[in-house]
Formats: sequence, C-alpha cells, structure tokens
Amino acid sequence: MTQRQLTCIGCPMGCQLTATIENGVVTAVTGNTCKRGDSYARKECVAPERTVTGTVRCTGGGAPVVSVRTAGEVPKEKVFDVAHALNTALAHLPVAAGDVVIPDVCGTGVNVVATKSAK
Amino acid sequence: MIYDAIVIGGGAVGCAAARELSRYDLRIALCEKGEDVCVGTSKANSAIVHAGFDAVPGTKKARFNVAGSRMMESLSRELDFPYRRNGAMVLCFDEKDLPHLEELLDRGQQNGVEGLRIVRGEELHQLEPALSPAAAAALYAPTSAIVCPFGMTIALAENAAQNGVEFFMDSPVSEIRRRDGLYELTAGDKVLQTRTVVNAAGVYSDVLHNMVCESKLSIMPRSGEYCLLDKKDGHLVERTVFQLPGKFGKGVLVTPTVHGNLLIGPTAVDREDKDATNTTADGLAYAIRMAGLSVPNLPMRDTITSFCGLRAHLEGESDDFIIGESADGFFDAVGIESPGLSSAPAIGLHLAQCIAQKLDATEKLTFIATRRDIPHLRELPFEDRQALVRDNPAYGSIICRCEQISEGEIVDAIHRLPGARSLDGVKRRVRAGMGRCQGGFCSPKVMEILSRELGIPQTELTKSGGSSKLLVGYTKEVQA
Amino acid sequence: MKQVQLAIIGGGPAGLAAAIAAREKGVEDILIIERDKELGGILNQCIHAGFGLHTFGQELTGPEYAQRFIDRVEEMHIPYLLRTMVLDLSGDRVLTVTGPETGLIQIQAQAVILAMGCRERPRGALNIPGYRPAGIYSAGTAQRLVNIEGFMPGKNVVILGSGDIGLIMARRMTLEGAKVHAVAEVLPYSGGLKRNIVQCLEDFDIPLYLSTTVVDIHGRERLEAVTLAQVDETRKPIPGTERRIPCDTLLLSVGLLPENELSSAAGVHLSTVTGGPEVTDRLATSIPGVFACGNVLHVHDLVDFVSQEARKAGENAALYLAGARAGSRSVALEGKNGVRYTVPQSIDPENMDDTVTVRFRVAQPYRDAALCAYADGTLLRRIPKRILTPGEMEQFPLRKAELPEGCQTITFTVEEVAK
Repeated sequence: MTQRQLTCIGCPMGCQLTATIENGVVTAVTGNTCKRGDSYARKECVAPERTVTGTVRCTGGGAPVVSVRTAGEVPKEKVFDVAHALNTALAHLPVAAGDVVIPDVCGTGVNVVATKSAK
Repeated sequence: MIYDAIVIGGGAVGCAAARELSRYDLRIALCEKGEDVCVGTSKANSAIVHAGFDAVPGTKKARFNVAGSRMMESLSRELDFPYRRNGAMVLCFDEKDLPHLEELLDRGQQNGVEGLRIVRGEELHQLEPALSPAAAAALYAPTSAIVCPFGMTIALAENAAQNGVEFFMDSPVSEIRRRDGLYELTAGDKVLQTRTVVNAAGVYSDVLHNMVCESKLSIMPRSGEYCLLDKKDGHLVERTVFQLPGKFGKGVLVTPTVHGNLLIGPTAVDREDKDATNTTADGLAYAIRMAGLSVPNLPMRDTITSFCGLRAHLEGESDDFIIGESADGFFDAVGIESPGLSSAPAIGLHLAQCIAQKLDATEKLTFIATRRDIPHLRELPFEDRQALVRDNPAYGSIICRCEQISEGEIVDAIHRLPGARSLDGVKRRVRAGMGRCQGGFCSPKVMEILSRELGIPQTELTKSGGSSKLLVGYTKEVQA
Repeated sequence: MKQVQLAIIGGGPAGLAAAIAAREKGVEDILIIERDKELGGILNQCIHAGFGLHTFGQELTGPEYAQRFIDRVEEMHIPYLLRTMVLDLSGDRVLTVTGPETGLIQIQAQAVILAMGCRERPRGALNIPGYRPAGIYSAGTAQRLVNIEGFMPGKNVVILGSGDIGLIMARRMTLEGAKVHAVAEVLPYSGGLKRNIVQCLEDFDIPLYLSTTVVDIHGRERLEAVTLAQVDETRKPIPGTERRIPCDTLLLSVGLLPENELSSAAGVHLSTVTGGPEVTDRLATSIPGVFACGNVLHVHDLVDFVSQEARKAGENAALYLAGARAGSRSVALEGKNGVRYTVPQSIDPENMDDTVTVRFRVAQPYRDAALCAYADGTLLRRIPKRILTPGEMEQFPLRKAELPEGCQTITFTVEEVAK
C-alpha cells in the first residue's frame, strides 16, 4: 500500500489530497471537499493524462512555425517524448487548422494536429 | 595612412570635438569602445543644459558651462535635436539657507549667467504649484534648459560623418605609442596613426591620459541613479527643480524631459568599477525620497524605467575639467562630469580650434553646417504627416505603439551614418521601445526590421552590442 | 472624411465578439481596426489549451478559440483593417488611423467600441535594482518570440510572477528544451490557476517560491544571474535570505495594465482602480457613443467572460445607433470590504436588463466567505463562496426585480463566515 499527496486542480481551493493506492488501484481519497477531488485523484494516480501543445517548424512558406496540439490527451509519462517529436518534426506549408501534422504520435494513438492555418 | 586627428570616445564631448574638427580640411577619425555613439556617460544623465550658476567662478567648469549653454540653442536648430529652455529652480526649505541661495546667485552673476533672481513664497508656488509647501525660496534661472542627450550626441556624430569624419565602433583604444612624431593607437583590431589625439574617453579618460602623459590622473566614477516616469506626469513641473547643492553634486532634481516624461534623480555615490552602471535598491529609494522633498506625492507607480549613469569625477585637489594639450599633440577632455553635457559644444569647439591652430589647418568650403533629424511623425501636423506616409508607406506602419514610431523612422535610424545596429541603437535614435511598455510589444518587430535592413540573422542581434545577444537561437535546437 | 457607423478598435477576442453581436443586432456599417497582421489578438500566441470551456464546452487552444470568431466575422462579411493603428480618438469620435491600406486618414464614427486590450507591466514599473542586460523579457514578449517567431530567448530561465502567463511560459520553455530554475512570487499565494501550478510547474519539478522577489540583476551585457530574496508582509526583502541563481533569461509576469491611452486622449473617464473606463451597465463610457469591453475595461482571466462582455458592448452599441439613450437616473455601484471595484460602475435602473452581470475582483484570498450586495445598506443577496481569490474574477448577477425603488448605491462586499 502506498500513499500519494497531490493538489486538486478542480477549482481554486486546491485541496491537498491523499490517495491510498493498493496494487495499482486507488482505494481511498482523503482531503477532498467535493466529488471532483475524489475523481481527480483516482485518475491522476493511476493513469494521468495531459494535452500537449507546442509548435512544429515549417518549410516551404513564410511562417517559421505552426502551433499544434495533441488531438486528445496522452499519457503523462509520454509528455517529453511527444515534445521531442514536435521539436524534431517538420511541417510543409501550407497547413490548415485541424490538419494532422504527426499521426499517432509516439505510439499513443493520438494525432498531433495544427491549431492554426499557416502559409 | 595618417590621420590629422583621432578622437577617442563617442560621447557628447567626443562627437562635438569631431564635428568642430570637421570644419577644417583635416583627416579625422573617431574611435568608440562601444557599438554605437552615446553609450557611456552621455546616455545616462539629467539631460539638463545648466545655466551656469553652480560652478566656481574662474574654473573651466564655469567657463565652458556658460559658453556651452549659450551655444546650445542655435546648435539645436542647426543640427535639429530636441532642446527646450524651461528654466530651473534651486529650492531651499529654510529661510536660514537664503544666504546660500544668494551665494549661488552671486556666483551665477560672476559667471555671466543672465536673468537670475530669487523667488519666494507665493510667487514660487504660483510658478510651480506642485512644489512642497515646505519650499521657502528658490534661485530662479530662466536660461536653464533641457535637451535630449541622445539626440544631441547623435546629431553631432551624424553631422561629423556628413563632413567626412570616419567612425570606428567596437574600437577600444588599448595602447598609444609615440612614433616618429606621430601617435600610434591600437584600437580594437586596428592600428591607426595620427598627428593629434583628443582624449574624450569619459570615465576611462584617465587611463588614456596616463598612457601618454607624465602626470598621472585618476577618475573615480560617481554613480547617479534615476527613475523615469510616464509621459502623463511630465507636466507635474514646468521647470527643472533642484535642491541646494551639497558636496557630491547638485543634489536630487525633478525635471520634465524634452520628450515629456518626468525624471527624478540622481544619487551620487563613488564606485571603484568604471562599468558599474547597475541601480541599487538603496540608491533608487534615496532618489525617490529626496525628490519627494521637492515635489511631494510623486506618482512613483508610473515609473517606466530606472537607470544609472557614471560621472567621470576627477580625484585630487581640484575636480575642475582638464581641457587642453597635456602632451605634444595630445589633447585632454578629462574629468568631464556635470556640467559636462552643457559644456560639450564649447569644449568641442575649443579643442578643435587648438588642434586647427597646431596643425595650421584651413576651414573647408564644403563644410555642411546643418543636419536634419529623422522626421518625428508624431509631432508633425496632420497634412505633413499624411504627405510623408503617401510618399513612403513605411511611415504609416506603426511599430512602437507607446511612442507611435513608424517602420519608416526605424529604417531611417538604421541607415543613418553612424546608424543603429542594435535594439538600444534604434531606441536612442527614434524612441522605439522608450515608452511605457518598454519595448514589450515592439522589440520582436524592431528585431525583424534590424535583421532585414542589416542583412544579419535575428539570432545575431544584440541589445547594445558586445555579448548582449537577444536570442540564443531558434526553437527546436536548444538544449539547456 | 470617411464615415462609419461603428468603429471597433482592436480585433482581438473582445473586438471580434463585439462586431459579431453588433451585426446580429442589425448594424451594417462596421469597421474593425487591428494593429497586428492578423485578427485574433493575443490569443494567437496563447497556443496552450484551456480556452472556451464556458462558451464551447471544450478546451480549445488560443488560436482555435479565436478562429471560431474570425470565421464568423468572415461569414458575416464584417470589414476589417490589418496592420492598422488608431493614433488618436477625439471626444466627438473622430479616429485618426494609419495603415498600409488606408495611409493616414481620419474616420468619423457614430459609435466606437474600445477593445484595445492590455499590456504587460514592464520591469521599470517594479524598480528592480541591478543591471539592464539583454535577456529580460516580459512573459508575453517571450511567448510571442517562441510561439510565433520561433526563437528561443534563452536556455536557463527564472520567472518572476506566478500569474497564469508566467506559469504557462514555465512549461512552454521547458518543453522547448530550456531549464526553468525557479518561479518567484512576491505574494504569499499564486494568482495562477491550481491546474496551471500542477500541470506547468509540478509536472516538471519547477520550484515555486512564494513571498519571494528578484532583488538584483547581474550581467552587464547578457543576463548572468538574478538574486532572489524572501519578502516580509510589507513586501520588503528580508536581509540574509538572498540567493543567487545563475540564468540567462528573466521572464516577468508581473501584471497587466489596460491600454487606455486612446481613451484618455478622447476624454473618457477612467477608473483609478481598474485603469479602464468607468462604464454603465450598457458598457457605455463617459463619452456618448463610446463603449468598452474586454481587457481594456478591466483585466480578465477567462476569455469566455471577455467574449460575453464584448457581446453586450456590441449589442448596446447597436441599440445606441438605433436611438436608445440612457435614462435620467443612475445607480452607483461600489466595491467595499474586500471587493476592489465593480464593472459596471453604475446602472441605469429604468433601462437595465433583467439581470446585469457585475464583475469584480477581491483584494485577497478568502475561504468560506460570502459575496453580498447591499442597496443603500439593505442586504439584497448573499452568495456563499467556499473560496475567493484575487486571481479569479467574480461575477455577481444583479436582478432588476430585486432593486428597491429610488435606490442610490449598491455596495458589494466580502463577508467572512464565522467558523
């Protein structure tokens, strides 16, 4: 059994949560003052996920970079891998908002898409 | 190739000397340690053209101050730089100090300063309603003025360049040798030979002097810290407001600037280090406290920047300017602290005349006495501005929102001679980045223009030359 | 002189939403004047996600949020000028405008919406002692350099200010390969969202030092280090707590200031608290026909609220153009006891909407408190709040039905609940 301290991000209260984890499963959450804290801790301790945003360098046009995001959340431990993928990818202009810039980034099954049109 | 004169130092005095020398049929160069002119003492001071009541009668400070002050207005018209005769007050807060004011008045009259008088009580507060009620009387000097020190120095430099003076930037003079009746200077990566030298090296003028002369001098840099307030506060006082001077200088002043900001400062603290232009918490607090004695409730939350300048204060028995030929063909302008800016035109003129006489030089018929500044679009009447924009649409594209500076003005600043090569170079010439956001919005755009016009990548651009690079590279290629 | 019914100064989120609302209310002749090379304002450089949860029910990035409004403006064929700057606004609504398409011209507008946004507080405003080397940027300037221009301002970073922009830039610089050594916050709490503290700092083990500020800046040419020190309750540095942190970059995220130089020049009356115009519930400024919304009015934290506020400004400008005028009576709104200000600063009780959203910020964090509204001393309503923080704008719905007849002043306060 392990215990993990974390700050709830549900609202400005920022409750200090304590999650009890047994065999990879959260068995109890304390310190929360509402339901959001409980569900946040259960997710965050077992399978934390993040949306990654950034830019990708461009060729073949005027814009030096285009802004991108992961179309959905990726596992938190993959954040640096995804960032590295963004930092080494190249987008050929023109790019339209929503275009897939990197498919299935780092084997997450999530695409990286442009958030802005660039030419 | 042998120069007739090499000026060391591109501050107000050096540029004034170069400009006055360029009247003559001489081969002239100016060596500047920094990447641009006006980057030392000349860029960070009170920007006052002192009337000349403060200096002890008979000193060079008194003589050159009064002469410089008299030259300044016509010079500002000839060379098109901002100057305004706004007058000055020296306050005293206690009737007991009146004799000190009278002493100043007497000194000023001996120095030949016109229009001096003592104002008291109601008249004083009518003239300057924002003054502290504690202000009892003041010496009023109507001939005191304010000037843009960048505008003035750059105007002198540009006019000198127009008249054939060569400018070598990034060229610190590290060695001066006497050889075959000439001076041989190591200046950066160059070796230059010249018949005469003007030493206008500011806080380093002692080092240069000591390379050549038997008698040794020592400059102790004396720091002055300032706060600059937003233009909305520039009307708080009309005149430059001093307090009775003390041992370390003219005390803390409150003054409008020619551009309409409010300036307070300076402190006066000796520093060992000739490049220690850092502000300090104590210094700024002192300046604010002292300024508050003259003008209470200063809106310090409108501060847009603070800065520190170093005065070239001469150590020893006399702290008067040293101006003249200290060794054969080696002309000094050493210890040029306040009133140095005011004196600069007169010092430049004097040194140029000395050198011309020594070299038996003749005046050029081709000398161009006037220089036009880059147009200040913001100050032009609507129709004139409209016409300029029609001719050159770059004048219609605003880059610096706070000061309303157009792309055209910035491009002009880069292509002048000597032109801007850095963010600060642009700022000093056309005030882009000088406003209330301090370059927050316009820096990236000015960098883009500098890169385009100079043909160098943005990653090589600097804030103010040397290693002051603005960027470390492109994204995606950086590892901490 | 060129004539226009409605001139909107600024093509960011406020200007766009105002233009759309005004057109929906029938204003045909609209002109948006934008100084940048594209519409969308500062959202274009805010490439992180988290915008639009209230408006669209999903977390968009800044450019995506902006694009939804830009698309609508394009569909409605609302004219706009880019790279065009308003140099002056007169009290009778003459705009002096300069840009590549127009040259320098004057435009007479029947109504104007101020939507110029805000700017960042620079270093100078803090009087941080030290040198003035390269490598000191406001967080937003760095954000533009990194996200739009593709440049890295530095590799070793210290951030002063823990508002959301500072936090977002801490993560952004980290993901681009820089090392963020510290985020310092002069206050004993962060003004940023908890989510950003966790996801921008804790995720990357970036330390946040509260009650700490920069007391010295080292390096003559390029920044070499900063000295941090703890501060006491009066925000004065505590001697002996100094710590030198080598770095090549200092990012400042120390506050935003509504950009009201044009408003001042026109004679619009400004609030000394918000730095923005004083407005009525119609978002009308002291100059008839001139309205204000978004960050030029008061600094927001959520763009959704900017869009809502701007819609109101657009609708009210349309009403004004259709002939609607303020009633004869005015009720003053004021903030007291922890409520720093209110927007609007007054309401027109005869013509007000059934519900007016009053927005404000509190002066300090509160737990288990209540927001209260009093009409001339009589409690109108009390809304319990588990938490209030200065970093988050509060909204208080004021209902026309509950206003007593002849009421002069409505006062908003924070009241702490006895434990």
